[in-house]
Amino acid sequence: MSTPSVTTPSRWRALTHHHLFWPVAVLVFLLLVNVPFTPDFFSVKMTGGHLYGSLVSIVLFGSPLILVAVGMTVVIATGGIDLSVGAVVAITGALACSYISHQADQNALGGVLLAMGLGLLAGVACGLWNGFLVARMGIQPIIATLIIMVAGRGVAQLITDGQIITIDSDPYKLIGGGYWLTLPFSIFVVAAVVAVTVVLTRRTALGLLIESVGGNAEASRLVGIRSRRIKIMVYVFCALCAAIAGLMISSNTSAADGNNAGLWIELDAILAVVIGGTSLLGGRFSIGGTVVGALVIQTLTTTIYTIGVPTQTNLVFKAAVVIVVCLLQSPKFRAKVFGARFGGRFGGRSGAKGGAKPAATGADAAASTDTAAKMEVS
Amino acid sequence: MSATTQSPTAVDSRTPSKAQRLLGDRRLPVAVTALLFLVMYAGGLARYQYYGFAEPQVFLNLFIDNSYLLVAAVGVTFVILSGGIDLSVGSVIGFTTMLTAWLVERVGLPLLVVIPIALAVGAFGGFLMGYVIHNFEIQPFIVTLAGLFLFRGLCLVISKESISISDPGVSDMAQAQVSLGMGFLSIGAVVSLVVLAVAFYVLHYTRFGRRVYAIGGNEQSALLMGLPQGGTKIAVYTVSGFCSALAGLLFTLYIQSGDPLHATGMELDAIAAVVIGGTLLTGGSGYVLGTLFGVLVLGLIKSLIQFEGTLSSWWTKIATGVLLCAFILIQRLMTTRKKA
Repeated sequence: MSTPSVTTPSRWRALTHHHLFWPVAVLVFLLLVNVPFTPDFFSVKMTGGHLYGSLVSIVLFGSPLILVAVGMTVVIATGGIDLSVGAVVAITGALACSYISHQADQNALGGVLLAMGLGLLAGVACGLWNGFLVARMGIQPIIATLIIMVAGRGVAQLITDGQIITIDSDPYKLIGGGYWLTLPFSIFVVAAVVAVTVVLTRRTALGLLIESVGGNAEASRLVGIRSRRIKIMVYVFCALCAAIAGLMISSNTSAADGNNAGLWIELDAILAVVIGGTSLLGGRFSIGGTVVGALVIQTLTTTIYTIGVPTQTNLVFKAAVVIVVCLLQSPKFRAKVFGARFGGRFGGRSGAKGGAKPAATGADAAASTDTAAKMEVS
Repeated sequence: MSATTQSPTAVDSRTPSKAQRLLGDRRLPVAVTALLFLVMYAGGLARYQYYGFAEPQVFLNLFIDNSYLLVAAVGVTFVILSGGIDLSVGSVIGFTTMLTAWLVERVGLPLLVVIPIALAVGAFGGFLMGYVIHNFEIQPFIVTLAGLFLFRGLCLVISKESISISDPGVSDMAQAQVSLGMGFLSIGAVVSLVVLAVAFYVLHYTRFGRRVYAIGGNEQSALLMGLPQGGTKIAVYTVSGFCSALAGLLFTLYIQSGDPLHATGMELDAIAAVVIGGTLLTGGSGYVLGTLFGVLVLGLIKSLIQFEGTLSSWWTKIATGVLLCAFILIQRLMTTRKKA
């Protein structure tokens, strides 16, 4: 590597070493790919008091995913995982829509608020159950949340009686399909949730506590952190985010579909978290990275539509992205494929000290295997 | 952790009470599942005795209608015993149905050529996932998730619409019956039972089986003992991929078409069957026979709901979820007792 006295490379290095560099680079690349196919891709038009454009619609359609992914980030930061978010999305939408559909006046604000409250409450209940199983009973997160993932869809279908419930309610339509201040209302909801999460985790000690529980739950308990309570809290938060996303999805289509609402959203959310640079092992997280990751996935979907690749290859693309991102995150892979230097450099990004060592080839190889060994132990 | 705290001579130093010994017995979950199956079956007999539930064919249909699930669950048992997880099962099954239907109908290859190709593709997919999991130390969860996306996507790349199979050889095979005197089994059911028997032999009587248990019990210890850990891990995922492909072939026989959406979410059924069958999700403990009972219990839930007539299909999901929860809690109880 270059000497620190040369300013340009070191600034460049600081930039590339920033944890958001690679996710943002991928996002920008994907956005630019669209330009040759749709020249006015970046233009935003004002029609009838609303802003329209590809960028707006990417954020609009991506907003449920961002919400779910933000909740998932916090859970993954504690070393857990929540597979039940898709089912929670379905349950929330089903409850809210079936409550509204039984109202005499579907446009009454009180009824709509009550319906939303019911939906969110159901979400919180699911989160409490997950948290109870993981923190109190000590069951592996994948398995504990698998229960609601399997049974939840059944419950959602039970609520909707196996039908797709359609409703006609203007206040409810606002959350997922309405506009406010020329922008889609859901963007404001997402912004509020993300802002609250960032403030809570980065301006208070909460984020540190969550990361320490993810790093080593037993050690943090011995230090005096109530790791169980924090674990329950993150599962409730994740389910709450999923519940808001559920309201959004059902409101956007004005319908509740117990079978298909939020199908596979848990996988997309985990993917977004991974792209955003949060380690699946827990112990460190980045909300900003997750938001970018979710936007990457939504942009990928949009790009596939605009450049005219058959839409069915969407899943193959996603698989390729998961594999590439995971391989790049794996220290062993970096050491093997990119050789010692790259292994060290990427390792430096993820917190180890491999990159700072002098550039003699032999020493560097040793450094990178050292990094790999460290990652294994942690 | 558990290996260091648990003293190996605990049995000699203090004699545990009968209840403790019973709870510590590894065969308990399997026995509970078998008992549950018998109780459910007896309940069905009592309730629907005038609707023909007592006919032996109803019992045999459990094997016929769930043959593919049994084969897939046997593959998943290997993976879970080794301490991993495989989420790609459903997608591999779906892909195999699609590949088989496409090769037979559109390309026109004879069935005898198609079957080895499909099996090889599934096994190779499993091998690749195992290779990545072992060599690059990425969590099995995320690698098999990528597999899930990949194979489902490949289904759609072959064709967006379902391909029905009109090949006479396939329908002959699908309708062939193996008479057992009191009833009959389909070829699929026989194949699945053979797979079960082979898996039982491999897991309990071969070196490979012992390695699977050892790695699942404690990977670190297995490594220190000098077991060829990598080969075993890769082999486990290859077995799972092979079983999924075979399950896909059986599913093709059962349904006689290929569809990109076939078997969506079947990995959950397979994992649920394995867990209900008493295999510990942390790996290292469990029996493949338990998986058989797990599959039978899930199948019985389906046929009871059919016999009831008034219950809707989503009750299957809810019942599966409740059972899954109950068995996970039992497992938890057992493992905490053992540590104490």
